[in-house]
Amino acid sequence: MSNLEEKMSSVNLNAWFGQKQVLKDISMSIKAHTVTAIIGPSGCGKSTFIRTLNRMHELVPGARMSGQILLDGTDIYGNEVDPVRVRRRVGMVFQKPNPFPTMSIYDNVAAGLRLTGTKKGKNLDKVVRTSLEQATLWDEVKDDLKKPGTSISGGQQQRLCIARAIALQPEVILMDEPCSALDPIATAKIEELVVQLKENYTVVIVTHNMQQAGRVSDYTAFMYLGQLIEFGDTTTVFENPKSELTEKYITGKFG
Amino acid sequence: MFHSYGFRKFKNKLFFVLCLLCVVIAVVPLLSILYEVIARGAPQINLEFLTANGLQGGIGPAIQGTLILIGLTSIMGIPLGVLSGIYLAEYGNNKYASWMRTINDILTEFPSIVVGITAYSIIVVGLIGTFSPIAGAIALSFMLVPIVARTTEESIKLVPNSVREASMALGAHRWRTIFSVVLPSAKNGMITGTLLAVARVAGETAPILLTIMGNSYFFQGMNQPMDALPLRIFLNSRQPSAELQAEAWGAALILILMVLVLNIGVRLASRGRLRR
Repeated sequence: MSNLEEKMSSVNLNAWFGQKQVLKDISMSIKAHTVTAIIGPSGCGKSTFIRTLNRMHELVPGARMSGQILLDGTDIYGNEVDPVRVRRRVGMVFQKPNPFPTMSIYDNVAAGLRLTGTKKGKNLDKVVRTSLEQATLWDEVKDDLKKPGTSISGGQQQRLCIARAIALQPEVILMDEPCSALDPIATAKIEELVVQLKENYTVVIVTHNMQQAGRVSDYTAFMYLGQLIEFGDTTTVFENPKSELTEKYITGKFG
Repeated sequence: MFHSYGFRKFKNKLFFVLCLLCVVIAVVPLLSILYEVIARGAPQINLEFLTANGLQGGIGPAIQGTLILIGLTSIMGIPLGVLSGIYLAEYGNNKYASWMRTINDILTEFPSIVVGITAYSIIVVGLIGTFSPIAGAIALSFMLVPIVARTTEESIKLVPNSVREASMALGAHRWRTIFSVVLPSAKNGMITGTLLAVARVAGETAPILLTIMGNSYFFQGMNQPMDALPLRIFLNSRQPSAELQAEAWGAALILILMVLVLNIGVRLASRGRLRR
């Protein structure tokens, strides 16, 4: 898989909240059309790391960073880069499903296009349908598109959020523990979906569930206390880890 | 012995009775005011009383004036208050905003008579040169803006941050996020708070006493004195005439009814919306 094209990479990335350093010199490469999983114990900086990939990190008061994040070779923290543009190209799905509570299912999917001022007129119906289909939600909600986005189950809400992200046709989709609030059946559906998504998108998924990382990802990064301990293709990291720390974490000796 | 089960049970009862007693004591004046206003005001109410001008013994100009004041005050005060509230809630993470918040809180509790004389000296004497509905509405806006700003800020802060993040992560700009995602979620609280604030300032007397002056005739123009219900109550009740005093009671009942209708209307409307 080493000849795959690089989609994103972080170069000597450091991040802080106030005085506290949460990411220490992280350099890693994310290949196009793959799923990269980021694992590690709570508080190791996984979430902060993926939030630097679409410039959501800087929205938190007191947050800073240094280093570079390259998207197709261009630093997204460059002076002339508008964070709003970055976020259109790098979509995000959050830990807790967060559909817009005042909007219907249809409007939730269309929200990205409307909020960013790229109305598609008659095509909107089509975009909403394709996005819901790609998020494997269409069959379940096609008769209820007018119902509030919060009226469906948690797992469906999370797939709705994925559809909402897909509707903007991003290049990369970031997922921050997307299944942590869901039951096993809903989780299985999302995992299936994640694997399908890499056909069209590059996916980075944070998870504290190692089995999940093993099931869905091509590459795995193990982080501990703000540092990138190990990064490689998933099979190697799980079956033949270089670091003792990784092995201990994967075998459940801590975390 | 004092720690016996019976004694603890008694303390529990005692506390409940004390609380109940205080509620009763607090409610008695309120009910007696309501009773007095209804008993004395109700006999006055008829179509002529509500529609005739002051010289014919009616409060038509006062009702009209209060409605005009509510309208003008809302047009001036609500946008200002709502936008201030948005600023405080969404961009208010700095020293300047925390100063604004403190000043705003003080303004909320500002004695209304001080607002009245300030409006009188600056607007009536200084800027316009006559008593005017505009001056009255500006004085009432002084009172409305801080309340609306506060309720707006509180309602917006109740919107979970995850909703904002969802919108920002889609590549929406800040203002788009605020107007299309945050405000619709905060809408119920904002509408309730704003209408209650309007109902409150509609009953204020001091700020309009020195700015619209009072008038026996229907609306005369923006540069003429105007009547309003609180003002009519105040002016008539000071007259040594049983007839005029009775009119004041009638006006009081109408004012209370207007405020009550606004209040209850708001509650019903917001309850209906929450149920969805």
